[in-house]
Amino acid sequence: MSETRFSGPVVELKHVSFAYHGMPVLEDVNLTVDHRDFLSVVGPNGGGKTTILKLIMGLMKPTGGTVRLFGAPPEKARHRIGYMPQYASLDPLFPVSVLDVVLMGRLGRGMSFWRYSRSDRRRAEEALEIMELAPLRDRPFFQLSGGQFQRVLLARALVSNPDLLLLDEPTSNVDAAIETGLYELLHRLNEKLTVILVTHDLGFVSHYVDKVACVNRRLVTHPTCEITGEIISAVYGSHVQMIRHDTKGRDGGCSHD
Amino acid sequence: MTEFIGDLARFSFLRYALLAGVLVSIACGIMGSYVVARRISYIAGAIAHSVLGGMGAARYGEVVFGLSWLHPLLGAIVAALISALVIGLVSLRAREREDTVIGAVWAIGMAVGILFIFKTPGYNENLMSYLFGNILMVSREDLWLIAGLNLLILVTGLVFYRQFLAVCFDDEFVLLRGLKVQAYYLLLLCLIALTVVLLVSVVGIIMVIALLTLPAATASYFSRRLWQMMGLSVIFSILFTTGGLALSYAPGLPAGATIIIFAGVVYLLAAVVSSALGGRRFIA
Repeated sequence: MSETRFSGPVVELKHVSFAYHGMPVLEDVNLTVDHRDFLSVVGPNGGGKTTILKLIMGLMKPTGGTVRLFGAPPEKARHRIGYMPQYASLDPLFPVSVLDVVLMGRLGRGMSFWRYSRSDRRRAEEALEIMELAPLRDRPFFQLSGGQFQRVLLARALVSNPDLLLLDEPTSNVDAAIETGLYELLHRLNEKLTVILVTHDLGFVSHYVDKVACVNRRLVTHPTCEITGEIISAVYGSHVQMIRHDTKGRDGGCSHD
Repeated sequence: MTEFIGDLARFSFLRYALLAGVLVSIACGIMGSYVVARRISYIAGAIAHSVLGGMGAARYGEVVFGLSWLHPLLGAIVAALISALVIGLVSLRAREREDTVIGAVWAIGMAVGILFIFKTPGYNENLMSYLFGNILMVSREDLWLIAGLNLLILVTGLVFYRQFLAVCFDDEFVLLRGLKVQAYYLLLLCLIALTVVLLVSVVGIIMVIALLTLPAATASYFSRRLWQMMGLSVIFSILFTTGGLALSYAPGLPAGATIIIFAGVVYLLAAVVSSALGGRRFIA
C-alpha cells in the first residue's frame, strides 16, 4: 500500500448513467466496493460490463452521476489500479518479450529517465517469480500459450503494487484447469487487495467471489448466495443454476438497490 | 555492378546518393518498426501523399515570389507535421472516423500539390521527381538536412523507446499508469512524418510506405523484441537502398523503383518461407 489508507469505499458509483451516441448503455447505476471486496461483474455482451470498468478507470466519463475511486475522481487515483485488459484487446504478434511487458507496469509516476532502474527490474523479476513465469522471461509474446499470456498480463498488473485489481474477462482464453489456478491466485491476492473482475460467463463466478453485480443496462448487486435476479434468469436461462453457491458474502454483501 | 563501383570513385553525385540511402535507412529502420508493430502504415501513407501539397506550395512560393529559401523539403516537413497532427488528434478524439480522415488527408494533400504545381510557371519536371523520387539528385546541402533530421529522429526515438513501445502495445494500460499517452502518440506520429519526408527524397511519395514498412516487416520474422527489429530493419534498409542503387545503375533503371522491388522480393521470400514452415519465425 503505497498511499495513505483511505477508509471509505474503494469504488463508489452514484446514480451513474452512460449513453453512447444517444443510446443508453447504463442507467442509474449504484455500486459500492469496499476494501478487500472480491466483486464479479457479470452480464450479457453489450450489457455495459466493460463500460463500468472504463468508468471506474476514468477512461470514459459518465453522462450523469458521479464516479469515485478511493474517494477521488478516477483520473487522480487510477495509478493505484492494477489493470488486466481483455486478451483480445492486444496484438499477439507484437514484438515484445515477457519481461518487456511486465516492465510496462513500472512506467508512470517517478520513473527514471530513459531506462528502467534496478528496482524496477527487481520488482518485475519478483512478479515473474510469483506468477511462475521466471523461465519464460525472454520468451517473445507470440510464443505464449493462452494461460501464460494471462499470467504475464496479471504480473504486469501486479508489478506496480496496486491497491485495486481490475480484470476484464481474465479467463476468456484459458482452459478449466488454468482457470481454477487463476482463481486460487486471485483469492490469495484478495487477502491484501480489492479485486473486481468482469466476465460474461456465469460459470466463472466461483466460491471465491463475495459479491456479484449483474449488469444489463441496470445493475443489481447480490451476495453470491442469493442470485435469483430476474435479469439473470431472463438473460441466461439454464445457466442460473451454476452460480448458486453455499458461501456467504463476506459482510453479507447484499445491497439490492 | 563493377561499373557502379568504378563510377563511385569518379562521381560525387553517386557518393551522395549512397550516403543518403545509408543515412535515411537509420531513421527508416527505427520508425518503420514502430509503424509495423503498431500497424499504422496507412497513416504513414496518408502523411506521405499529403507531402505533395507542401512541396508544391513551397516550389510555387520559390518561383512566383522569389523566396529562394523556400526549399520544397521545407514545405514537405510542414505538410507532413500538419497531417500527422490532424490524423493523430482525430484518431485520439473520435476513433471511429479515423479511416475517413486518413483518406481525406491523403487526397486533399495531393490535390493541393497538383493545383500549386499546375499554377507554377515554367517547366514542371518536379512533379515526377516528387512522386517517384530521385536519389541521384541529392545535393550536399540535402545531405546535411537529411543528417540533421536523422539525428533528431534517432535520439528522440531511442530516448522515449520505453514509452513509445508501451503506448504502441497497450495505450489504455499506460494511461492508467499516468503516462501522457496522447502527447507520446502525437510525438511518435511527428517523428514518423519526418521519416516520411526523408524517404520521399529517396524513393518519392508513392513508394514511401513500401520502404518504411518492408525492411521492418522482413525484420519482424527474425526478432523477438522491438529493439532487435529496429536494428535488423536498419540493416535490411541499408541493404535495400544500397543494393537497389547499385543494381539500377548500369542498366539505367529508376533507382527508387529498383530499391522497392528488391525490398519487396526479399520480404515476400521471408513471408513465403515462413508460411511454408507453418508460420514460424526464424529465431533461436
